[in-house]
Parts: sequence; structure tokens; C-alpha cells
Amino acid sequence: MLNYDIVVIGGGPAGLAAAIEAKKNGVKNILVVDRDRELGGILQQCIHNGFGLHVFKEELTGPEYADRFINELKEMDIEYKLDTMVLDIDENRELSVMNTKDGFMKIKAKAIILAMGCRERTRGAIAIPGTRPAGVFTAGTAQRYINMEGYMVGKKVVILGSGDIGLIMARRLTLEGAKVLAVAELMPFSSGLTRNIVQCLDDYNIPLLLNHTVTQIKGKDRVEAVVIAEVDHKKKIISGTEKEYTCDTLLLSVGLIPENELSKSAHVKLAPVTGGPMVNESMETTVKGIFACGNVVHVHDLVDWVTKESQKAGKSAAKFIKNQLKDSVDTVKTLAGNGIAYIVPQVIRPSNIENTLDLLMRVKDVYRNGKLIVKGDGKIIKEMNKRHMAPGEMERISIPSRLFKEKNIREISVDVVKAGE
Amino acid sequence: MDKKEIICIVCPMGCRLTVSKEEDGYKVTGNTCKRGEAYGVKEMTNPTRVIPTTVKIKNGFLKRLSVKTNKPVPKELIFKCMEIINGVEVEAPVKIGDVIIHNILGTGIDVVATKTMEKIQ
Repeated sequence: MLNYDIVVIGGGPAGLAAAIEAKKNGVKNILVVDRDRELGGILQQCIHNGFGLHVFKEELTGPEYADRFINELKEMDIEYKLDTMVLDIDENRELSVMNTKDGFMKIKAKAIILAMGCRERTRGAIAIPGTRPAGVFTAGTAQRYINMEGYMVGKKVVILGSGDIGLIMARRLTLEGAKVLAVAELMPFSSGLTRNIVQCLDDYNIPLLLNHTVTQIKGKDRVEAVVIAEVDHKKKIISGTEKEYTCDTLLLSVGLIPENELSKSAHVKLAPVTGGPMVNESMETTVKGIFACGNVVHVHDLVDWVTKESQKAGKSAAKFIKNQLKDSVDTVKTLAGNGIAYIVPQVIRPSNIENTLDLLMRVKDVYRNGKLIVKGDGKIIKEMNKRHMAPGEMERISIPSRLFKEKNIREISVDVVKAGE
Repeated sequence: MDKKEIICIVCPMGCRLTVSKEEDGYKVTGNTCKRGEAYGVKEMTNPTRVIPTTVKIKNGFLKRLSVKTNKPVPKELIFKCMEIINGVEVEAPVKIGDVIIHNILGTGIDVVATKTMEKIQ
């Protein structure tokens, strides 16, 4: 049995930031494990720029953003194992881990940080009818093929879903000489960031078809065509609007799901909307000593926020080891009100908040000149005017710790109010 | 003719700008702040973009090395730059920040590595 103070599962932006922060807070014996052959996670395939505007105040590419944290990790002598798979975690924080060098290992950790990120929804997840030819990829898989492995995925491409990876890949494929015929989006708005719609689609005259979906995939060995149709406000296909696009490739950018197989094995309770662990103010899950951060908790819009959230998890895990996390019975629950899809964290123990607590959330619809209203036990404690809110962009509300203490609040809720209401 | 609809990307608001050419310069409408106006004029007069892409690499543990232009290049040169970038093959080891192509198309802009890649034995 190997012993570590903290084992971090995942060496992407979340795991790196959490491990570094834990070390800065006095934890000596830390191990980061990752199943890939290098640290940095999915950032390594995200070669586009635009990362780090909040954390570093400059525009970096994914590999550059990762590099800064990888260097820091190495300079701090934090141990890591690559090509290493965690098979199982139990509630006593014992891990079953293996790789080809060390073989099978049992590791006992004083604290565990889950930082496994998320995975893409596939064709199966959205059940597109038609044949099953080659040439259907998730956008992230295509990204890895093109940017790291050196394989081109196709010449004439249709993209379903306007998530950020789909938008980025529309530009990437165009730069590499492919023709992107259209990006079809089921919703009446894109789930991607505005800057990606402008710089990846508008720049290259790629049409974005809102309220549209792929209704069929044609082709025997390779994709030969896809059928795109318009949908009504109930997402039902409007018959007669079907249009066939001759193409050899279909990319899917239809959403991400937190990767929680290991969380389940540790009996961590998952939140239904996010698909990630329920966490408290310290990013601790429902199992004592097991923390979580990054896209495994909820899918973030910017890596900068992943870094900040993960630093909190790392710091909290360090506190836990030093017995400085207070287990209070006076917990506060957060409640996603009107127009809000979810709030992280789900539970707050006010005595552990240092100065302020950030509530992270996503709205369900696009709002112009709306308002976010925070209520404590039904009474308004904070109002924020928002000129623009969209599901693709996360909202953050900072709550000072004194509010919890002064008002003895039991439940915090956030609602969206539309302009003029 | 000299009128264009663009979406501002300075902040998440995504204002829809209309930029039109007047006698004494460009006029921007639809913006809700000063920065939007500046963005609109820049997009009409000299739109530029950083090109993040990859080049072939020998003896690295991956087949492609990620690179970018170290400054934004004029938008109309993007595909010409790509032709040059696609003709390049480098050999590992490469360090992040290494110049891969010097002064591409005489723009004074370099293409630099965005990743460190060791040589595999």
C-alpha cells in the first residue's frame, strides 16, 4: 500500500491547479495521476488562442496555458504518474491504480481531488437515424486527430451543434482546406461564445442554421450525405423543410457530460442537472475528504474559471488534512430559481468561507438587460443588473461571508428577472 | 457598398454594429460603448487575426507541433500564410516560443511554437 496526503485524479487544468495550490498550502506528499501520455489534458489539443485572459491577462493557446502550470508543478517537485489509470476509489479514500511500469497499486490517500474533466456526447446520445458509416466524429475527437495526430478527418463537412468546440473546428477545418457546409443548431441560440461565432463562422462565411437539426445520415462505408431539417419551438421537425447536404463528414458538438465513473465508485452523490458531484463551499463532495473541481463538477465556459475553482479545491483539501475544515450543522442550501439551470456549490457551510463565496451558475435562456436577484430565505440580499446573459456564458455572483453570519440564512436562491418586470 | 453589419466581440454583449463609410472616416452605430466603436472601425479598415495552427514535426512523440503567429496578421493573408505554414516540417526537440518561420510573407510577424516537444529516442 502506497501512502499519499493528496491524490489528484486528472492532470488537466483542474488537476494541475489543485495540486499546485495544495502544495502552496503546505501539503508535501501529493500525487497526480493521468491516463494520457502527457500532462495538460484537453488543453493540449485546443491549439487556438483566447485562453488565460482572466488569469494571466493575455491571450494564450491551450498548450501555452497548460505549459505554465506544468512547469510550476515540476518546479514544485509534485509527483505525477502518466499513462496511469485509476480503476476504483472507495469511501475510505483507497484507490486501485495501474500502469505498465508499476503494475497494480493500492494507494491510501488522506484526501482525494477528483479532476477528471468531461467527455463528449456522441451520436448514440442523441440517436440520429440513418446508416452507420465512417466519417461521424465528435468535434473533440476530430480536434485531436487534426491538431495532435496529424490526420485530416474529411473534405466536405457538416457540423451538428454550435458548442464552442464545434465552432472552433469549423474554422480549423476551413484553415486546413476542408469545406464546412453548415453548422446546424437545434436551439434558437448558439450555446457557444459570441466571439467564436464571429471569429470561426462569420469570418469564413459558414452558415449557422438555428432551429435546425440533422434528421438522417446517409452512406454505406463512408458518410455520403446528411439531411438537415428545421424544427419548431417544441423541437419537432417541420416536415417539408428537409434539405440534403452532400458531404463526407459529420462532426458532433452536442454537449459535454462530466466524467463521473470514479465518483460513482466512491459513492459520491451526483447532482441531477450538472451531472457532477454535489459540492459544498470548499468543493468537497458528499464523501468526507473527497474533493472535486473543474469540468467533472460542471462544464465551464472558460478554463480560467476552472483554474480558480480548482485552486479553491486544492486549498480546501490542504485545510482538510490539517483539520481546519469545520464541519458545521448549520448548512445553507442553494436553490436555482426562475431562469437558472443550476448553482454550484449546492451546499454552503458559512464558517468555512474566508471572505467571499462565489456562486457559479448558468441561465436557461438568452436575456438582454435582465437582472439576477439573490434571495436569502426569500428576502432580497443582492441584485445585479446584467446587460446580457446567455446559457453559453457562466454567471458568477460573489457573496460576502458576513451576510451569512449576520442574517442567519438557511437557503440562498437566485432568480432571473427579465427587463421590464 | 461601404456599409457592413458586424457583431462586436469586445465583451459578451455581442452588440450588432453597423459600420458605414462617411466622407470623414467611418461611422459606427448599434454600439453601446466606446470600445465597440473602435472595434467596428478596426474591422472595416484593418481586420487582423492570430493564426493558431500546426506544422509537421519529425522525431517528436506527436505528429504535429502547435504553432501560432506571434502577432495578428491581416485577415486577407490568412490562407496565404497557411500555404507557407503547411510547407514546413520541423524536427524535435522544439521549445515553446521557438521561431518556426521568420517574418512570414514579409509582414514582420513570426510563426512560433506553442508547445515544447522533446526528441524521442
